[in-house]
Amino acid sequence: MAIKKFAVATYLDEEVLFPAVKKVRRSGYKLHDVYTPFAVHGLDVAIGHKETDLHIAGFIYGLCGTSTAVGFISWIYTSDWPQNYGGKPHFALPAWIPITFELTVLFAAVGMVLTFCYLNQIMPGVKKHVFHPRQSDDTFVVALELNGKNSEEEAIAFLKSTGATETSIQIAESSWWYGRWDKKEAYETMTHI
Amino acid sequence: MHIKYESFIREPLVEGNKDYHQVSEDIVAPIEGKPGRMWYVGFFFSIILLCFGIFSVSWSVYWGLGTWGVNRTIGWGWDITNFVWWIGIGHAGTLISAILLLFRQGWRTGVNRAAEAMTIFAVMCAGQFPIWHMGRVWDGFFVLPYPNTRGPLWPNFDSPLLWDVFAISTYFTVSLLFWYSGLIPDFALIRDRAKTKLRKMLYGVASFGWTGTAKNWQRQEALALVLAGLSTPLVLSVHTIVSFDFATSVIPGWHTTIFPPYFVAGAVFSGFAMVNTLLVLTRKILHLEEYITIGHLEAMNKIIVLTGSIVGVAYLTELFIAWYSQSWGEMAAFQWRILGPYWWSYWAMMTCNVVSPQLFWVKKLRRNVPFTFVMSIVVNIGMWFERFVIIVTSTYRDWIPGSWSYYSPQWTEVGFYLGTFGLFFTCYFLFAKYFPVIAISEIKFVLKTSGRNFKEKMNHIEEMSAESFYHIAEASHHDDHDDTHGDDTHGTHDTHHKEEKTLVDSIMHPFNDEHLIEGATVVEHLLSPIVETKTETIEEVSHEVKQEEVITVAPIVTPVEEIPVVEAKEGTTETNFVVETDDTKVEEIKESTDEVVVKETTVDGGAEDRDLPSNSPIVDNTLPTTDTEKKGDDIAD
Repeated sequence: MAIKKFAVATYLDEEVLFPAVKKVRRSGYKLHDVYTPFAVHGLDVAIGHKETDLHIAGFIYGLCGTSTAVGFISWIYTSDWPQNYGGKPHFALPAWIPITFELTVLFAAVGMVLTFCYLNQIMPGVKKHVFHPRQSDDTFVVALELNGKNSEEEAIAFLKSTGATETSIQIAESSWWYGRWDKKEAYETMTHI
Repeated sequence: MHIKYESFIREPLVEGNKDYHQVSEDIVAPIEGKPGRMWYVGFFFSIILLCFGIFSVSWSVYWGLGTWGVNRTIGWGWDITNFVWWIGIGHAGTLISAILLLFRQGWRTGVNRAAEAMTIFAVMCAGQFPIWHMGRVWDGFFVLPYPNTRGPLWPNFDSPLLWDVFAISTYFTVSLLFWYSGLIPDFALIRDRAKTKLRKMLYGVASFGWTGTAKNWQRQEALALVLAGLSTPLVLSVHTIVSFDFATSVIPGWHTTIFPPYFVAGAVFSGFAMVNTLLVLTRKILHLEEYITIGHLEAMNKIIVLTGSIVGVAYLTELFIAWYSQSWGEMAAFQWRILGPYWWSYWAMMTCNVVSPQLFWVKKLRRNVPFTFVMSIVVNIGMWFERFVIIVTSTYRDWIPGSWSYYSPQWTEVGFYLGTFGLFFTCYFLFAKYFPVIAISEIKFVLKTSGRNFKEKMNHIEEMSAESFYHIAEASHHDDHDDTHGDDTHGTHDTHHKEEKTLVDSIMHPFNDEHLIEGATVVEHLLSPIVETKTETIEEVSHEVKQEEVITVAPIVTPVEEIPVVEAKEGTTETNFVVETDDTKVEEIKESTDEVVVKETTVDGGAEDRDLPSNSPIVDNTLPTTDTEKKGDDIAD
């Protein structure tokens, strides 16, 4: 929870956005984030994000599912309550493949989605600042975080030079909080920090 | 960003003149507007059916399953028939959303959302049948392995019926997660557009607070890809396990190893038919013909004719094996199936599933909307009969002639079946009203390659012959770099292709200020059909650098020394050269090697430009392909 000042630029075309992001990174301004209405490939690389490890997490969850299924069923059938089903051996591994597979998939999928929500900090009830009402529609938004030393005018002039269609200075919450989307937030009326 | 240019040979996925905003407007319109009269009528009838279903089920539970037509010989009737039918229908949604994602089929973007919704609702309907078939449904939780006071006595993990419990609940959960993770960004769009407070609040909750940062999207795509990878074997496993319910028994007609592939093909077959039924109506009622095009319907009809033929082959194989095995039980079962008192169900199945879908070999019929609609219903009737044939006609003539029997459904069973239609369509109508029925962000993603208006921009280049394109490119190339090459044999072509040359010029000189913005894109667009490998390699890299020069001399070997030195614009420190030196090898000459740095340093903004003079290209053959690039490609196509 920190209220900060941002210089915000919007772009209407990803062709303009990419060089702009490049310039921002070279300029020395602190890039808060880039918001796009859809997945723009290569943008993560352009910003300098490393590849996500979500799939590795998924693999680990999957292994948990596999071991849960095999461990649980073999414990039940060899030690807790061994039963003879149609003359099958107690340790009937081939017959457990379907359930083992299903649990692997289930654990991996559920685990990954929860991790995805955690990493992205999204959850029902979570609210975040939206820099531009059309950032989920057709507008690409670049937000620079301004500190005390940055001049607002210079930042705006810089953003304009990158081909921005609109620019603005906004005071906003930089992180997430619990809130209702139909309610105005206190910081929205602030004129300075 | 994938800005590979796609030829018109591939039909546009989005018709009309669209930009990103128009896509949002068109797809969100049904959510923001009042539903039409058709919606109210349909919804009303669905609710009626649902209520009748609830009444029938309540009646069955109150009086017991004796109210059903099943008996000791025919233990499974309409209930399990309907169960397998609904589960099969669900499979098309996962096939579209997962398998076609892995196969990089662009057309799935138009239909995947509705198809996945159909999957979820169909699985909900399917699940009802085994649950209520338990009779003492209040003991239903006995199927779950939990520590209990009966021993603890565990369920039979070696039984296909228990596998079903796991398979279907997993399938439902994973489909739901997959579907919802794709819906989140679209809910965010509706939330940001919302004019009313209530809508803003509700979609705010539904969108989980999504804002669409670059990192969010990166993770979202990684998630979608892995979930697709998980769902693909999952969907195959689910119907395989359903077929094990039959195949692991020793009943003639059921005890066959062909069942898993045969069931899966049948599931896809009926599922696509159901998708067609729904989408033909949806595109009409919600005015989405420009997004769910005839091309989409045709693609699905092609899958129907393929899977229908597979199913046909499976039917014939069953007959052949019954004869070839010389097992009298097997032979008798099929004889009774074809010629016994239930002959009509067998021949209904054969006609609807094997014979009539063959009409889809005719292109005109595949692209005919009313015919597609009628056919989709016919296929679903056929597939219902297939399950009926397998279940009832394998059991009604059993080992002892004294216990031979006949089965007709009672009103409770019919009511139950109609009730699941009510459940399905109630859910679907609510979905069509409150959810974006097309994945908006995915459509935007493919818009610039597959939208009609974007494809049309490339028309004049399409119409050029390869020869003339090559000459123009060459001419323009030599014209400019005469000193470098000292070869202007193609210079005379300039006069013949004045107009094209202007365009090619603009393409070949992205360093010109006027063409700065469009240049880089068009180069990729223009050259990608010629040099496939090139675009693959630089697709990600190119976005970082607006000012890139791509020189491609497709069939000619250009030694690296001949690369023209292009003067970098003021303030430009990076230039990408991509030179195809032979058929297979693409060399990237980069001054900036950001990817390498990004790969090594994980700090935000850690990639610093290397201190290199702007006119000394470094040949870097060892530039690693980052994981991001791979991932990007997977989703891109």
